[in-house]
Amino acid sequence: MGYDLMLSAMRYASPTTVAEAVDLLGSDPAARVYAGATDLIPQIRAGRPEPTVMVDLKRIDRLCAIGSNGSTYTVGAAAPTADICGHDGLAADFPGLVEASGLIGSDQIQSRSSWGGNLANASPAADTPPSLIVNDARAVIAGPGGERTVAAADVATGPGQTSLGPGEIIVEFELDQPPARTADAYLRLIPRTEMDIAVVGAAARITLDGDGNVAAAAIALGAVAPTVVRVPDAEAALIGNLPSGEVLGAVEAAAAAATNPIDDKRGTVAYRRQVAGVLARRAVSIAAERAAQQGDQS
Amino acid sequence: MSRVHVTCTINGDPAEFLCDGGQTLLDALRDEVGLTGAKEGCGTGDCGACSIVMDGRLLCSCLVLAPEADGRNISTVEGMATGDDLHPLQQCFLEGAALQCGVCTPGFLVAAKALLDRNPDPTETEIRYGLAGNLCRCTGYDKIVRAVQAAAETINES
Repeated sequence: MGYDLMLSAMRYASPTTVAEAVDLLGSDPAARVYAGATDLIPQIRAGRPEPTVMVDLKRIDRLCAIGSNGSTYTVGAAAPTADICGHDGLAADFPGLVEASGLIGSDQIQSRSSWGGNLANASPAADTPPSLIVNDARAVIAGPGGERTVAAADVATGPGQTSLGPGEIIVEFELDQPPARTADAYLRLIPRTEMDIAVVGAAARITLDGDGNVAAAAIALGAVAPTVVRVPDAEAALIGNLPSGEVLGAVEAAAAAATNPIDDKRGTVAYRRQVAGVLARRAVSIAAERAAQQGDQS
Repeated sequence: MSRVHVTCTINGDPAEFLCDGGQTLLDALRDEVGLTGAKEGCGTGDCGACSIVMDGRLLCSCLVLAPEADGRNISTVEGMATGDDLHPLQQCFLEGAALQCGVCTPGFLVAAKALLDRNPDPTETEIRYGLAGNLCRCTGYDKIVRAVQAAAETINES
């Protein structure tokens, strides 16, 4: 078949421990992480340099596990998004992040796509990074020098670029259980109803106080800049106020102003700016409604 | 370069094959095992013509390296019929003319079976989203959706 030659010379390795994987990746600069490979294999077919070794991370239990100690969730970097979407605890505590996870590709892709891959592939249009960031997710990174923990926001540094050093892999994500009256939401616009990538993605997380005013807010936009953009002006506009009316207007304006988008076949700069404002406003509204409902329940 | 020896289960039977480290599971199934039901359409995970189930997960075999199948349990379209008796999905696709050129059909059948295994009574919307990873350039999808609905009815009545 037509594509055989491009993939024929690679070796495949399937370590069962993080240390083994780090050794394999650290000892050969042309080795590549092979997790879901939903981006990697198409990239190689499109002409990216062929790795010498594909290091499959999916036989390492820690990379695929989803757990919680009651105050912090730990989600393996290669855990399939299908498993994340089927996890009742994550769906209840991080509805927006779980929605973002479920938007990646088809059912076939959901079997393979993961937070680690979505983040490390560093596409500006990736769906889960904005939601990981508004939820203050931390990435546990293993490398030749041991393990370190960084904010998920600090992993991607540009399109296809990350702060991961040679031999380093994302092992898992840590997510603290949200405080009371807190919820998130994620909205994405694509040109069709399924199977496309974001024109704009908007994630919001809102914490309400007992009076229904915003006590804490985080807003992050995808696909409108080289990396995910936080919108501090919109967050500041919300604090201490009811999330409605003019305040939401300020959120919309601040989100549009925070973007630095490109023109491409999916949308123009002006269109992306406008949509970013609208989606940010709506995401804030949905997150605030969810946070209020949580308050009603408790 | 030495080839990789893979031992797995395919459609319920023990199987083994030799493959290259960089060979896709799709190519290994077709060229090493001789199961040519799964098709290569796009080669990038968009069209679903290469859909198979591995350890209970529906996936595009064009995005899986063949050595990864070692120790895994694989189901392909070839395993759907029982002897000469077609699976209700296959029967309903035939009766409902849910195919024209047929290249996408094995992928649709495998994906539809995975959908019904998980959700035995899906709504039309659930079927359309569930099969969003499978492209058909002939039928316009309506006949495929109706065939899946008919098959769900048949399975649920039996």
